[in-house]
This record gives sequence, structure tokens and C-alpha cells, in this order.
Amino acid sequence: MTIDLDLTAHEHAANLRAGEYTSRALTEATLARIHAQDASLNAYITFTDDLALAEADAADARIAAGDAGPLTGVPVAVKDLLSTKGIQTTAASKMLEGFVPIVDCTVVQRLKDAGAVIVGKTNLDEFAMGSSTEHSAFGATHNPWALDRVPGGSSGGSAATVASRGVPLSLGTDTGGSIRQPAALCGIVGLKPTYGRVSRFGVVAFASSLEQVGPFARDAEDAAHLLGAIAGDDVMDSTTVPVPVPDYTERFDRGLQGLRVAVPEAFFGDGLDADVRESIERAIEDLAAQGAIIDRSVALPAASAALPVYYIIAPSEASANLARYDGVKYGFSVTDGRSVEDEMAQSRGRGFGAEVKRRIMLGTYALSAGYYDAYYLKAQRVRTLIKREFEAAFATHDVILTPTSPSVAFRLGEKVDDPYAMYLNDLYTIPVNIAGNPAISIPCGMSQGLPVGMQLIGRPFEESTLLGAAHAYGQVTDWHRQAPPALG
Amino acid sequence: MTTQTRTKYEAVIGLEVHIQLKTRSKMFCGCDREYFDAAPNSHVCPVCLGMPGMLPVINQEAVTSTLLAGLALGCDIPSYAKFDRKNYPYPDLMKGYQISQFDQPFCLNGVLEIEVEGARRLVHLERIHLEEDTARLLHRDNGIESYSLLDVNRAGSPLMELVTKPDMHSGEEAHAFLRTLRQVMRYLRIADADMDKGGMRCDANVSIRPFGQEELGRKVEVKNMNSFRSVQRAIEFEIERQSRMMDAGERIVQETRGYVDATGETVSQRSKEEASDYRYFPEPDLPPLHIAPETIETLREKLPELPAARLARFETQYGLTPAEARILTESRSDGDAFEEAVGIAGAEHARPVAHWFTGDVLKHLNALGGEAELGDTKVTGRHIGELVRLVASNAVTAATAKEVLDVAFETGDLPEAIVDARGLRQVTDAGAIDEVAQKAIAANPKAVEDYRAGKQAAIGFLVGQVMREMKGRADANTAAETLRRHLDAAAG
Ligand SMILES: [Zn+2]
Repeated sequence: MTIDLDLTAHEHAANLRAGEYTSRALTEATLARIHAQDASLNAYITFTDDLALAEADAADARIAAGDAGPLTGVPVAVKDLLSTKGIQTTAASKMLEGFVPIVDCTVVQRLKDAGAVIVGKTNLDEFAMGSSTEHSAFGATHNPWALDRVPGGSSGGSAATVASRGVPLSLGTDTGGSIRQPAALCGIVGLKPTYGRVSRFGVVAFASSLEQVGPFARDAEDAAHLLGAIAGDDVMDSTTVPVPVPDYTERFDRGLQGLRVAVPEAFFGDGLDADVRESIERAIEDLAAQGAIIDRSVALPAASAALPVYYIIAPSEASANLARYDGVKYGFSVTDGRSVEDEMAQSRGRGFGAEVKRRIMLGTYALSAGYYDAYYLKAQRVRTLIKREFEAAFATHDVILTPTSPSVAFRLGEKVDDPYAMYLNDLYTIPVNIAGNPAISIPCGMSQGLPVGMQLIGRPFEESTLLGAAHAYGQVTDWHRQAPPALG
Repeated sequence: MTTQTRTKYEAVIGLEVHIQLKTRSKMFCGCDREYFDAAPNSHVCPVCLGMPGMLPVINQEAVTSTLLAGLALGCDIPSYAKFDRKNYPYPDLMKGYQISQFDQPFCLNGVLEIEVEGARRLVHLERIHLEEDTARLLHRDNGIESYSLLDVNRAGSPLMELVTKPDMHSGEEAHAFLRTLRQVMRYLRIADADMDKGGMRCDANVSIRPFGQEELGRKVEVKNMNSFRSVQRAIEFEIERQSRMMDAGERIVQETRGYVDATGETVSQRSKEEASDYRYFPEPDLPPLHIAPETIETLREKLPELPAARLARFETQYGLTPAEARILTESRSDGDAFEEAVGIAGAEHARPVAHWFTGDVLKHLNALGGEAELGDTKVTGRHIGELVRLVASNAVTAATAKEVLDVAFETGDLPEAIVDARGLRQVTDAGAIDEVAQKAIAANPKAVEDYRAGKQAAIGFLVGQVMREMKGRADANTAAETLRRHLDAAAG
């Protein structure tokens, strides 16, 4: 029989449990499709066929034994920033080409425990620094909606392969919008969990105080199951918080009636494309029609400073996090230098791409003696203000609604030489990482044949509220059911 | 050092001391910390190797040890502390930064009393913080090329850094400070602090100024000392060198100098790390620590009696001389053994117990090498207590007791058991002694003649003959009395 690969993860899971087909059959079909699609998309850096088939067989045994969860036997792709035991983990950098971790990161371990089948490692901007997946040592990923356009970034590979119906689920990481922006540009659901909700152990670090691993899916239900599998306290990550992990579908029957939605005007100013604004406004009307209470009086003035704050804190942390890549212990290494110091310098000079070096220099500068107070310390103070501002808004609202990205997917090459234009892509997503709250991007319209996403921001550890609202919205709209044209 | 420079300039010395903590695991990972003598790179894991994505987890035992050290040294313990990243590129640094503490360490201020030439004075501390140790670079040269090997066993070991105020004025004071500090660390059982094994490392900041001048002179940082003695010599050399320069009107350069053990001199080190900017910032992978007042109180209650307090108590409670008390409080376990012995022998015999410890026991320990403690041997406080009790009750002679101690050091058997097994109990039976005394008089007419001629010393020879005959087990006083009685009676 042929397996319908356009199904969602929970539909596959039901079919697997019903014995309609095996995980091995699903996995073989999935591998065939993603290999074929990759000629157009370049969504993957590494395919893990052998691992996937072994996991599929194990999942089939679990299903037969009646020990299957919602992810058992379901194919999942993971961003190549997540350490996978015995499988190269590159961070899309020449610096780590061929680097094979000896441990799994916590989230991959949890996926394996849930019986998920890991089919490959997806492309990204080098060390997750970028918004287009063009800054990859392994070439750019293409948007399945228009192959001459970017999928967003940095988790572009994970978003593209879910949007193209290659896999039903994938994991990305979000430091300033790296899950939500590509989800919006690819027309799928992407969720950045609360800081501390998901373990960062084994995730190649970019900006430690900002980033979280989170799910890509085509609907809220799949995202809820994937988040449920990876969330939770981890002794190996001291920044995780011991808040119990709920069933993330717990608010699916709540509807939108009475949901208090703040719509801050500051997020609808200059730089927002008219088409995107129109889609978001229509979505707001749809929510209101379902009983949501829309409040446009909320001002978030400090949030407008989030972008500069981000471009001090994230590069500062990155400048230290990336110091370990010196060619001495593992990864790319220049060995014919004049001295150890020279070899370290040359390894870094030739191993890192331009955007990574730009951010290392930004961060090194911001932390330098004489500049620390003016930059890093001041940024931390503004960060506290932004956090307080969010707290105040959430005292009287359940969610904050904004566009996810100021524009639809732009053309490959369009912004790659203009870092500032590229950074503006994350104008609406970055404040959330600064504050640490959870946020979801959900498809809410089309413009020029390309998807538009809206962002819902929630209270810390209330991912259920976001998923419940996304689910209810998906019940009355069909934007999330739109599919890109089939690939060759 | 010439007396001239001594009188002209005042030396001002501050120390930075690194102490390896004796925790079970490393500072931020689960690796076994005890790597001494282990094969290179056998005590490593992805975390201490600095692999991508690995995260630190704080070792609570190391935090507790640091707080104990702070409390023992009279430090203030702030209620909030945090770790920071200290950034500098070097191949021995696995992450390219060291997790350390910058502006909010665990312990602030503090003081340690030292004694130099009988005079006591206080050395004030600036701070104590916790950090991780680096890997070791082993430089090799095989004749064709020189290269470096990396041993990561040490990387990530907990390291406590203690910084003093510029509060010392001579190499001798620095020596006394380090010795006293090591003693306190060992009393707390948080560190061995052996300089020769790298368990304690010390850099000295040395400057001089004309007596009476407020302003500090330009300081020179001296490194590479691997014993208390070399710290003292390096400082003395540096004071002398700077004094000569000042005498000659030369400008003292603020620099880092390395001590060369073979020559006893310091030499300027190429300062390649000129104006190093460590770009400290708070460690985002570790939440700040809040130290509750209850935690501090619980730890304070756990503090053992410290050397200075114990020394004073031993003098007053047991009537010991300062010299005896110092020997007995040198190590915590020796002091414990002394008190165990006194408990067995009885408080009225504290002085004899002390004599044994500072005499024959010390001789045995010295024979084992410089830093042996009673704990390293088979002998315990109970052994010494029994021994003193046996002597005090006249059950054995002092001579026999020494033999018994030798056996105890060899076998670990208790003195009572040794004496019984070997039949070493002293003969106090007057009849038995009388018989031997008469024989001795009969067999030594020359000595008898000498005695009668007024040579009192001759009695000692005759006592010796009695003792030899009775294998040292006779009570010497009884023997002398018996001999005199017979000799005087015969003469009368
Ligand atoms: Zn380790």
C-alpha cells in the first residue's frame, strides 16, 4: 500500500497503532521523499537512514507490545545544532565538519525515549546566527513555497522539510526568532518554549541566556505532543526549571471565548509590510468573532529597544561560547602555522564564516574593558525593563498578539550582504527571547502566494494557553492546511 | 639581605594563593577529582573537555568547602554569589574561558593570625573565590621538534583562590602565612595544600617604599615558587633587588618575574599577556547562588576547633609549654590522638603523655619522613595512653616502655598486650631484687671498694649490673636502696 505522507504526526501515530502500516514502512517512504526533495530544498546536512530504520524497528516492537506514545514510530528531523551520539553535528560550520559527539543532547535522548524516528540533521545558519539559512557552510536552504526564496532562519532546514511534507515534525532552536520566523515564512507552526522549559544540554551554544529548543509542526496538536516529549527539568542543565510538564493539549477544548488578547501598536509600525499587516488584522477579526477580547491600548515602549539589547547580549555570550573552537581539540584545524597561537588564530579565521566572525567581534568589543558598563551592563538593565513590561501586560492579558515577521519570505541573496536589514527580520520575535516568555507562530494568511505568520506570546510556562489558542484558531481557519506546490 | 636596606625601606607583600579542594568530583562535572598519578586524560568527560553544547553543574561540596574556609578565616559571607566567565585564549583552557568569580565571590575580607619569631600579627584577606583549574601542558622535545601535549585530568578541578591584602613585610612572614594557611586547610579537611604537588600555588606581589611613606611602590608579581621556602627566598631576593635599584636611583618596572629555584633569583618574564583584558561577564549557564543565613550557621557549627584555639587550650588545660602545645597542634589528627591518650592515661598524666608525643613518638615520625603524622602509622592515641598508664603504675620501666613503643609502631599491637605477651612487667618484688643485689656485690669487689672509699657513683655501676641481670625490668630505685642497705650494713 502507499502511505499518505501528507498526514500529520498524530494521524500517523493513530494509523501505526491501528496497524495500518509499520513505522519501518513509514520511515522508508519518508527517507525516500526527503532524499528526493533535498535536490530542490537542501534542507538536510546529514541523513541518518541507518539510525532511523533501527529506531523504526524498535518502535514497531513497542507498538506491537502496546507501549506506544504519540511519537512512537513517527519520523522527526532535528536541527544540526543538536548533538547526536555517533552522528556528525556540524552547526552548519566548516569548523565542526566531521565532528561526531559522543553523547546525545537531552532533547534527542528524550525523542529516542519517546520512540520517535530521527531521519536527519537539518540545515541552519552557521551556529544559528542568521535569519535566512543562507549563512551555512553547506549551502542555503530553499523555501518550498518558492525555491528562489529563503525559508527563514536560522532553523530553515527544519521548517522547510516540515512545510514540504517531508517529515511531520522537526526540532529547531530559537535564540531571537529562529523557530518562529522560519515557521512563519514556511507556513507552519513553530513554538519557542519559556526559557528554562527545555534542556539546552548538548545543544551547540550560541547565546546561552536566550535560546531554547522547540517544535515545528503543521498543527497545534502535533506541536503539543513534540513539546511534551522534550520539555522538563534536566539535572545536566542548571537553567532548567522544575515546573511540572502538563499535557499540552489540556486547553484544546477551551476555545477562544474570553481570551484576553493584547495587540501592541508598537509592533505594527514602520517596516511592517502592508500585506502582512492585512493578514494579521483579518486574523484579529477572526479571533474577535470567536469571542476573544482584543485590547489595542497596550503599549510596550521598552520592547522597541529589544533589538539593540539582543545585538549586545547575544554576541557577547557567543564570543565566549565559540572560544572553544580553536582547532586544538576537535574540528577544523590548521596545523602548519608558525606557533600554537598562530594555528589557533588561523583555524578560527578559516573555520568560521563571515557572520559568525562579525558577531564574535561585536561581542568581544561589547565586553571589553571600558565598554562593558556602556554596553553589556546597560543592555542587561534594559532587559530587566523589558521583562517587567511583559509581566505588567500579562497581569491583565492572556496573550500578546503580533506579526511574527515584518515580511513574507524574501529572495535568496536579497539581504545576505546587508546585516542590518537581515537583523530587522527578527524585530518582533527578539523581545520575547529577551523577556524569556514562550511564543508560537501560526499560519494566518497568504500574500503573493507566500505564507504569513502571526505570533502569540504567553506567560512563562503557559505554553498550553498558546497551543490551545492556536488549536482553536485552526478549527475555524484553514491557513495551516495550505500546502506548497509539490516538489519534483 | 643587608641590614642597611632593612632599615631604609619597608617591603609590602600581598599573596595570591590557589588551593585545590579535595572534593570527590570535579567542579562542574562528575569526573573523579583525584587524578594524581593517573594516566593522562583518564579523568575526563565531554563537560571538562569543553565539547560543544556541554553545560556546567555546580559541585555543592566545593561550595561548602569554600564557605568553611571563609568561616574559618573570619570572612564575611555575602548572601548572594555568582560565577563569571573569564575569557582568555590558551590551549590549556578547554572552553576558551574559565568559570571563575569576578565581583561577587563567596567570601570577602577575613584575617589569619601568624607568628614570626615569637611575635603574633594579623594578615588580612581581601577575598576567597572558587574557580576551575586548567589542563596541564606538557612541553616535549624529541630532538627533532618541540611540541606540547595536553593532559586534561586537572581541567575542571575545583580551585579556591585566596587573595591577601598587602599586609606582609618579609619573606619570613609570607612563609609563616602559607604554613599557617595550610594548617587551617588541613584542619578543615578540605585540602591537602601541598605546594610540591601543585595542591597549593602562590604568587607574590612585592613592592618597597621608604619607611614612613604612605604611597605604595610599584609592585612586581613573582611566580613559579613551588615550596614555602622558595616563596620566602624569592621575596627576599626581590626586596634586595628592588632596594638596590632604589638606592641607585633606578625606576622599578611593574612586571611579572619568575623565580628560578636553582639560583634563588627572579628573572623578568616576557610579558606576552600585556594588558590582558579578561572580559568577565556573568556565567549564563549557572544561576546565581543565594546563601541563606541558616546555611552559614549550620556550617559554622560544623567548624572544628582551629589550630590557634587548640594551642591556647592545650597550654591552659594540660599545662603544656608553648613548644609542646605547638607540636601537638601541628596536625588535627595528632592533637586528637594526644587527647585520646590523655583520656586513657588520666588527666593528671597529661605532661608525660605530651613528653611521649614530643619525644619518642616524634622520633618515630621523623624517621618516616618530613610530614608523617601519627595517622600514617599503626600507632594511635590509645597506644600512647596505655603506655603512659603502664609507666605511671610502675608496671613497666621507662626503658621497657620505649621497647614497647617500638613494637607497637611495628605491629600495631596495644602496649598492655605487648607487655603481657612478652612478660615485660617490672619486677617490684623486694626479695627477687635483694637476691640479685647481693650477687652483684659479691661479683664486683672493685665497685664495692670504690663505694666504700666514698665514690657514690659506684652505686650507679652496681645498679646497672642488677638491671642487666634482670633484663631492665627491675625498679631502679628499689635496686639502689637495696644495694645501699647491704653495703652500708657490711661497712658498719
Ligand atoms: Zn569531567
